[in-house]
Amino acid sequence: MARVIIRNLNKKFDGVHAVKDVNLEIHDKEFVVLVGPSGCGKTTTLRMVAGLESITSGEVLIGDRVVNELPPMDRDIAMVFQNYALYPHMNVYDNMAFGLKMRGFDRVEITSRVQAAAEILGIHEQLNRKPRQLSGGQRQRVALGRAIVRHPQVFLFDEPLSNLDAKLRIQMRVEIKKIHVRLGTTAIYVTHDQVEAMTLGDRVVVMKDGVVQQVGEPLELYNEPANRFVAGFIGSPAMNFATVEMADADGALWARHEGIRIKVPEGIAGRLRRHAGENVTLGIRPEDLRVASDGDTADQSFDAVVEVIEKLGSQILLDVKVGPNTMVAAVEPTVKAKVHDHLRLALNPDRLHFFDGVSQAAI
Amino acid sequence: MVVDSVAAVKSAKSYVAAPRRGPVTRILENEGWFAFFLLLPTAVLLGLFMAYPFIEGVLLALSDAKVGVPGNFVGLQNFAVLLNDSIFRIAVWNTVLYTAVTTVFKLALGLWLALLLNRHFRGKAVTRAFVLLPFIIPTVLSTFAWKWMFDPTFSVINWTLFHLGIIRTRINWLSDPGLALVSVIIVNIWRGVPFYAISLLAGLQTINPELAEAAAIDGARPWQRFRYITWPLLLPVTMVVVLFSVIQTFADFQLVYVLTGGGPANATQLFATYAYQIGVGTGLLGQGAAISLAMFPVLLVVVVVQLLYIRRVEIH
Repeated sequence: MARVIIRNLNKKFDGVHAVKDVNLEIHDKEFVVLVGPSGCGKTTTLRMVAGLESITSGEVLIGDRVVNELPPMDRDIAMVFQNYALYPHMNVYDNMAFGLKMRGFDRVEITSRVQAAAEILGIHEQLNRKPRQLSGGQRQRVALGRAIVRHPQVFLFDEPLSNLDAKLRIQMRVEIKKIHVRLGTTAIYVTHDQVEAMTLGDRVVVMKDGVVQQVGEPLELYNEPANRFVAGFIGSPAMNFATVEMADADGALWARHEGIRIKVPEGIAGRLRRHAGENVTLGIRPEDLRVASDGDTADQSFDAVVEVIEKLGSQILLDVKVGPNTMVAAVEPTVKAKVHDHLRLALNPDRLHFFDGVSQAAI
Repeated sequence: MVVDSVAAVKSAKSYVAAPRRGPVTRILENEGWFAFFLLLPTAVLLGLFMAYPFIEGVLLALSDAKVGVPGNFVGLQNFAVLLNDSIFRIAVWNTVLYTAVTTVFKLALGLWLALLLNRHFRGKAVTRAFVLLPFIIPTVLSTFAWKWMFDPTFSVINWTLFHLGIIRTRINWLSDPGLALVSVIIVNIWRGVPFYAISLLAGLQTINPELAEAAAIDGARPWQRFRYITWPLLLPVTMVVVLFSVIQTFADFQLVYVLTGGGPANATQLFATYAYQIGVGTGLLGQGAAISLAMFPVLLVVVVVQLLYIRRVEIH
């Protein structure tokens, strides 16, 4: 068990600045997820922690020890790879025992540890099989087992579930979470899937172009995204964005655009007033939109034309046109709407997001 | 609607009946005949250039044919002669030694080179191309170059050793009976390493680099990563490469023929050179064919053993 500290970490490959000044403190027993689109530097960051990639500048500390110059084997970490990286010529037992054999554990200890891990993962009946005789999910379990038996200070996961089908992915996601709760080992988990990030992480680190965009607990990222990128990346379906002009008129602040004229609630109008006259980005989550009823005022709703209807069962996604903008509204499954219908959508005024028109930072 | 579908059925019928098939097409529609025609070119080529000469060779080995004399069937008499032929015994021993020593060195050096070339460095592509040179140059030409380098008077090797103060007298690389075989072996290794290096490199590149990373995290040191991960995964490729190389080396001819001609005093005499010397040089075609054929059982065993081993490795 140990904490991991990343200080001003940088990585440059032949002129490409892949990781830029990453700072991160991962507490003991914490499960931290690095998430972002491909090429955002999350895997490179993880590989620098693992020692598989050299560090251009900055420091990595594992358990208060600077490990920059240590080879992977001396960092006391275990890693689960995207393609499992199981040794194809060894059976499941030997795959899991390999790390212990290399470290000179005695046979009895190795057997008991491998048996225990196999028991936890439900692969004790496959111990004599070769990796190629296993299903994708079983291979992933073996890869997890190989990490578990070592009792390392830190688990590193590099997109471990992305090769599995959707159903199995959800199942394994739950198992990884259970294992973490059971073992309490510090874990760093890389994924491009925001749902995985939200469900697994004690804290989530959103990265883009090598830069950390925001670090926070899942709901913090969802409710208070630091910028437009995080707002659009976290949450499914993604947040709707529209460029609006802020206008101070009739004693209130208004967000205006073709087809939109929303009164900014008093609570946030104060801090947004200095943007009056500017173009800013308005963000509304699909789940914060609903079909308007008689009680909704005109300044908290807008007209929309239905273009596509996606019936998901628990909710209906309406792809609508609002002036020139396309938006998605997640509405009750009881809503009866047809394509080309004109309807009025009301919004939740307390859950509006505004982003600076230039910097795209939350305002 | 009903009318439409009726029309469609009618037109479909006429479509099925439409194509007229000639006799050739009808024969090719039969899978058995089709397979026969596909196999025919290969079968003819193999039969004409492999099976027929081989059978002719066997018949020749069982005759007392000489140049200009058709010869009669003499049974195994040629082989009986070989059993009492001391030069033949030398040739057998030389061939075994030559094959064994060169194979070990070619494998070791080729593997080492392949591991180096599998790393990332500047000019990797150019280096890989250069490594192939000894393999690409016609053996006769490169062997002539070696012959000059081994020449007692003009030898660049002797000159270098002499000026470095390592030797005081010239070394007779090719005319000293002890050194001649060593010299021939050196040239064979030089020529054979590229084949090993490039083939093993191709094998190494099929091994997922993540495995080495996983092993590094698992605590395996570089030597252990090679011993427990790379080597077992490379083994099937290695076996195929060794198989080809052993067959070629065992039947090697040009290199020895150009460098020493089998001499001095048969010190570098191999199966192939001795067969040539007896069969073509002396004109005893039957006897020469018998020597050539004597290689066959040895190579057959090598091929069978290695193929069985490869199959076992692939299954497990």
